[in-house]
Amino acid sequence: MGTYLLQIFNGISVSSILILAALGLAITFGLMKIINMAHGEFIMIGAYVTYLMQNQFLHLPKSLFGLYFILAIPASFIVSGLVGFVLERTVIRHLYNRPLDSLLATWGVSLVLQQLARNIFGAPNVDVKSPAWLDGGLVLSQGLQLPYKRLFIIVLVIVCLLSMFLLLYKSKTGRRIRAVMQNREMAESMGINTRRVDAYTFAIGSGFAGIAGCALTLLGSIGSTLGTNYIVDTFMVVVLGGVGTLVGTAAGGLLIGTANTTLEFLTNASLGKVLVFILIITLLQWRPNGLFNISSRSLDD
Amino acid sequence: MTEANDRNSQFDFRRLIKSKELLVFAFLILLLVFAPLFLSIFRINLLGKFIAYAILAIGLDLIWGFTGILSLGHGVFFGLGAYCMAMYLKLEAAQGKLPDFMSWSGLESLPWFWKPFTNSALAFAMAILIPTGLAFVIGFFTFKNRIRGVYFSILSQALAIIFSVLFVGQQAYTGGTNGLTNYRSIMGFSLSSDTTKLILYYISLALLVVTYLFCNFLVKRRIGRILVAIRDGENRVRFSGYNPATYKIFVYCLSAAIAGLAGAVFVPQVGIISPAEMGIVPSIEMVIWVAIGGRGTLIGAVIGAILVNALKSGISDSFPDVWSYFIGLAFVLVVLLMPQGIVGLVKEMARKFKQTPNHTEHLSTDKAA
Repeated sequence: MGTYLLQIFNGISVSSILILAALGLAITFGLMKIINMAHGEFIMIGAYVTYLMQNQFLHLPKSLFGLYFILAIPASFIVSGLVGFVLERTVIRHLYNRPLDSLLATWGVSLVLQQLARNIFGAPNVDVKSPAWLDGGLVLSQGLQLPYKRLFIIVLVIVCLLSMFLLLYKSKTGRRIRAVMQNREMAESMGINTRRVDAYTFAIGSGFAGIAGCALTLLGSIGSTLGTNYIVDTFMVVVLGGVGTLVGTAAGGLLIGTANTTLEFLTNASLGKVLVFILIITLLQWRPNGLFNISSRSLDD
Repeated sequence: MTEANDRNSQFDFRRLIKSKELLVFAFLILLLVFAPLFLSIFRINLLGKFIAYAILAIGLDLIWGFTGILSLGHGVFFGLGAYCMAMYLKLEAAQGKLPDFMSWSGLESLPWFWKPFTNSALAFAMAILIPTGLAFVIGFFTFKNRIRGVYFSILSQALAIIFSVLFVGQQAYTGGTNGLTNYRSIMGFSLSSDTTKLILYYISLALLVVTYLFCNFLVKRRIGRILVAIRDGENRVRFSGYNPATYKIFVYCLSAAIAGLAGAVFVPQVGIISPAEMGIVPSIEMVIWVAIGGRGTLIGAVIGAILVNALKSGISDSFPDVWSYFIGLAFVLVVLLMPQGIVGLVKEMARKFKQTPNHTEHLSTDKAA
């Protein structure tokens, strides 16, 4: 019984990370139709920002050290967001309506960013010491312990999902974003500065990737290829969930995450991955536009 | 009347461009044929590897440049072809015994699915048939359901990651991370001898010519027009009574077959195949060869593959850091500034050159040539 519960918890934990990483993509890919292959590198930037933040706190009194992580979350959001903003202004801006080209260009950006990270921080992975208040875990029964770190990430994901929902559906900014993404020309003629909306939408999406990177530092050491490990899975989450819906992203993440852990538990790591891929293809046979898609009558979208 | 004339001359001009393409290709091949006179056998071996990549690039161009399907999983087809060939070479090196990595992993006898690979002809056929079969299955389940564009690209990328994970994981059957290496001979000829290397080089060159001419023949026929039409407006093609899925599956299979062939050509010359060659990174790098050379023109794919790889081996050996920046910036700049690649750039220049004298079309095209 305990092992099954633990499996379920692991599934949810993996899902939460996938959802967190995919949230930013849900915006940049789902709304803006930009295939940002550098999304993984925004995750990496967030992780390195956390690392730098920790290094700063090493000079401060020990009692304050635990606080660094709380500060690192907004910091990684801001830094990743800023890099995203710059990227949008310089490269992405020219690539709207050329999704496949955006994929190639951002892949190039990701190579450059990875190499930059290697040159700045060195090739070996670095470790981030997690704050003391996240050590240990919630003991449910003998041999069944839920680590606080993982619980914290799950809470963080829920907070992020909620704030994203509020931002997109309950705020003026969100209304502008949705207007531009749904019908650019119409939004423009209503007096919305679409260029600006594009830039900060992309920045917000990148910022969420930064938060994901910050969370990933809790789970292991970080290196320049941190993002690459997640990029394919997160894209699958968005594709499976359905482009442009938050519910879809959450559902896709949960499904892929739990399927991954369950199938890897039942078979082995490499076979599990193959089975998940087959599962995704099968689900897409049934719903080619993802589980939750915004129905549209347009033919070429 | 004038309009008809115009169209006529335009058509002539386009045909000239096309035949110029063939001329450039012939020149390139001539260079490669005589290359062994000037280069050391080490360089020739390297060039042979680039030729294998060029074959692959033609296939990739067929599907991306002409049909508009961006496959980010072509490393898988290349890898499968290469593994088929590699297993044959490995079995020949083992001389009837079990290959070394299998006995290390505790296998007692050759698994049934590797048995046919003791035969060279069969192995070579498999190197093409297995990728084609896989492409058919994947293509059938995606294109039939109109999964396309970006979605297909992402799925194909997942394919690349899955196959590399699978090949790493199944160490007993595939050699794991190290892949397959340490071959001795091919059909009895020692792989370390210069003569064999030279022969292999010429075989790959011949296969490049065959692949190029076949694809060139294909894209000039009606099917080529339909492929381009699918790229430019899939729904219009559908409404004109064609089923785009059939054509897409066909071109995907063909391109996978070419990739498998390239893999089979690659292995005996390079001497190793590992899962790293079929992952995401090499798969996407293949796309940039085509992009730099010029998508939508077969010659562009060939030029791009050879040029980028020559640069790569030149730069990355001495400055691996610089290479990452270079290839990364190349991705960005090519997409932003020259979406049609080198060939597009040359065509553009030729057109500008042509426009300056205000004579008849024929005179000016002569000059441009």
